Amino acid sequence: MSATGTSTLSGAQILLECLARENVDCIFGYPGGVTLPLYDAMYDHPIRHVLVRHEQNACFAAEGYARSTGKVGVCCATSGPGATNLVTGLVDAMMDSIPVVAITGQVSSKLIGTDAFQEADTFGITRSCTKHNFLVKNVADLPQIVHEAFYIASSGRPGPVLVDIPKDVFQAHSHYVPVSSIHLPGYKVFTEGHTGQIRRAAQMIWEAERPFVYAGGGIIAADASEELREMVEILDVPAVNTLMGLGALPANHPNFISMPGMHGSYAANMGMSNADLLIALGVRFDDRVTGRLAAFAPRAKVIHVDIDPAEISKIRNADLPIVGDVKRVLSKLNKVLKELEPSSREKNSLPRQAWWRQIRTWKDEHPLTVETSTSEIKPQHLMREIDRLSGGEAIVCSDVGQHQMWSAQFIRFNKPRLWINSGGLGSMGFGLPSAIGAQFACPEKLVFAICGDGGFQMSIPELATIANHGLPIKIIVMNNGYLGMVRQWQELFYNNRMSQVELNSFPDVEKLAGAYGFKGKTIDSPHQLASTLREVVDEPGPYLLNVKVSSYENVYPMVPAGGAINEMVLGPPQPVTV
Amino acid sequence: MLQIISLLVENKPGALMRVTGLLTSRGYNIESLTVARTLDPTLSRMTIVVDVDQNLRAQVIKQMNKLINVLQATDLTDVPAVCREMVLMRVRVGMSTRTAILKEAEIFGARVVESSTEGFALEATGEAEKLDEFVDIMQSYGEIEVTRSGSVAVSLEAKKLRLSAPVPKVHAAVAALETVRT
Repeated sequence: MSATGTSTLSGAQILLECLARENVDCIFGYPGGVTLPLYDAMYDHPIRHVLVRHEQNACFAAEGYARSTGKVGVCCATSGPGATNLVTGLVDAMMDSIPVVAITGQVSSKLIGTDAFQEADTFGITRSCTKHNFLVKNVADLPQIVHEAFYIASSGRPGPVLVDIPKDVFQAHSHYVPVSSIHLPGYKVFTEGHTGQIRRAAQMIWEAERPFVYAGGGIIAADASEELREMVEILDVPAVNTLMGLGALPANHPNFISMPGMHGSYAANMGMSNADLLIALGVRFDDRVTGRLAAFAPRAKVIHVDIDPAEISKIRNADLPIVGDVKRVLSKLNKVLKELEPSSREKNSLPRQAWWRQIRTWKDEHPLTVETSTSEIKPQHLMREIDRLSGGEAIVCSDVGQHQMWSAQFIRFNKPRLWINSGGLGSMGFGLPSAIGAQFACPEKLVFAICGDGGFQMSIPELATIANHGLPIKIIVMNNGYLGMVRQWQELFYNNRMSQVELNSFPDVEKLAGAYGFKGKTIDSPHQLASTLREVVDEPGPYLLNVKVSSYENVYPMVPAGGAINEMVLGPPQPVTV
Repeated sequence: MLQIISLLVENKPGALMRVTGLLTSRGYNIESLTVARTLDPTLSRMTIVVDVDQNLRAQVIKQMNKLINVLQATDLTDVPAVCREMVLMRVRVGMSTRTAILKEAEIFGARVVESSTEGFALEATGEAEKLDEFVDIMQSYGEIEVTRSGSVAVSLEAKKLRLSAPVPKVHAAVAALETVRT
């Protein structure tokens, strides 16, 4: 690629060249004044640009792309409002450790600091919501910075990186010199794991009577599912996947219990609470998992494997920390476990059998139950039907709220990178745009966007993007007419004073989808559910299905805020019979 | 409790903002912060004194180490280290107390950097507590105006700090001996 008539390239062309070298095949973005030179260069560049309808959704789409593939997602916005609109997406990616590179335009260098039109201090604003950020002052630095951005975003504990580029840097010309090496003296990535610690961990694991695997999003980020499965099978231990880790161990694996935490299953939470050894892999002891910390896994020693040293003993003291890439650590650990197996296998076999019996009892006592009714669609019923159609293989992008928890409870994922949700930040409006990113990344896959009626209305503009590209996303709106999770808390903890949670005037989806040129339908009868979902999946294009579910269903089990995870509320209060 | 952090950072725009932002986003109050170039002009050394809960000190250091521009973060609170601060002070005094002021200054090892009929400008270095006393005493003589530098610190465990100031090991030993003596 070369600029016509000169041997130099413009900053905009250099940026595109660098993106191409990073194998970026898709940018989600929205143009504006200061990115004009960039979009002009894009006009005759093969890189694909997806025009979203709001910059926040560009970042969510880039996350969907990254979460479904493991590759770096790229989004682009103009200066000022474009950049500030990215902020929620950046924090979301930060909280869930998702590799995203955001390119923002900035006013020309000489105007920076003058309150110029559409100027915002993007570099300052995004300091705390990125893993790192750059302000490019000189076009000659651009290639180095772009490649550093991709390296930082994708290595170690992944995260978002923002590159802020003033308009004059896009326009300036320079000889493009490919970058041969990256020099970041202050950037330390610990991957290998201390051999001695790994050996000690193996001994601890074999000595435990009630071991329990607590695996999270780190397994997916590190692509360590295979190693996790191997470890679980060597030891025959029970394992849970956190909300961020669903699919890390296949849901159909016999050792998989379910999700732990605030809306986790009884068996998962009782297992955590009674274990004598927690094998914590790529997790950060989030408050939604631990409940009241003082009462969390009180009898357990903790082995904590994480690539980020700052996570070790941040929340829960690790008796045995291992800093490293969980994939490499697990493959080494598995070797040592096998080495020690002959001498250790029999030692605790009796208590371990008893442990398994106990866990199976918990599972049988309080399984996650699918409620059905003949008069109204229960949300759990909806999720089970989606699960049946997915067969553990579809990509499910969820929004935030009750439907997210029911999806996590009832839709099974047999592979990593199928379950895409905003775990840490809990950003409503995430589901639909992330499904756009996932569908672009995986055009062959069946992609569901499961939204509540609240979150869906936050991302309605993106229906245009979906229609524009004919993306065959199956949008399922679980419509209970309320901001269900907030209503649930108001019911349980605020005397059922339902303040500002009723969502009236939901649009007619048949007309709404029709206005965008694709199919939409509303159902409210359980008898229609299975057949309509079949129709939705068989439709070659997009489909917007509005499922009216019972309004007052609550998510159970539930650990109230500040409660211990073994003190779950298992269901709604039952009427007392005298 | 006050924690003394020594940071080796890349001398780049935004590096200071990242460090201070990390502390403020966690609600810690910075007591003092000094920063200046090292022997290698691409790097800066910061000394930060910050009010942090005892049990969060390790976490602060880990978070600092995560910053891309930070080459090394070290907690100097409980390790052998020298910690000094400088104070520049103007004292307004009448003719009758000038001699007394100079005597006091001498006790604290302060130097006169300017002298006029109005009074003196003094310069003193030392440990923060010592300087507090100096300031208190001077205040009792009359109106003063004070500018303090905040602490600068250097580890005496030479191995711990990359590009540390040239403090040979013997010096550390001497310093240790001196603390025993006092």
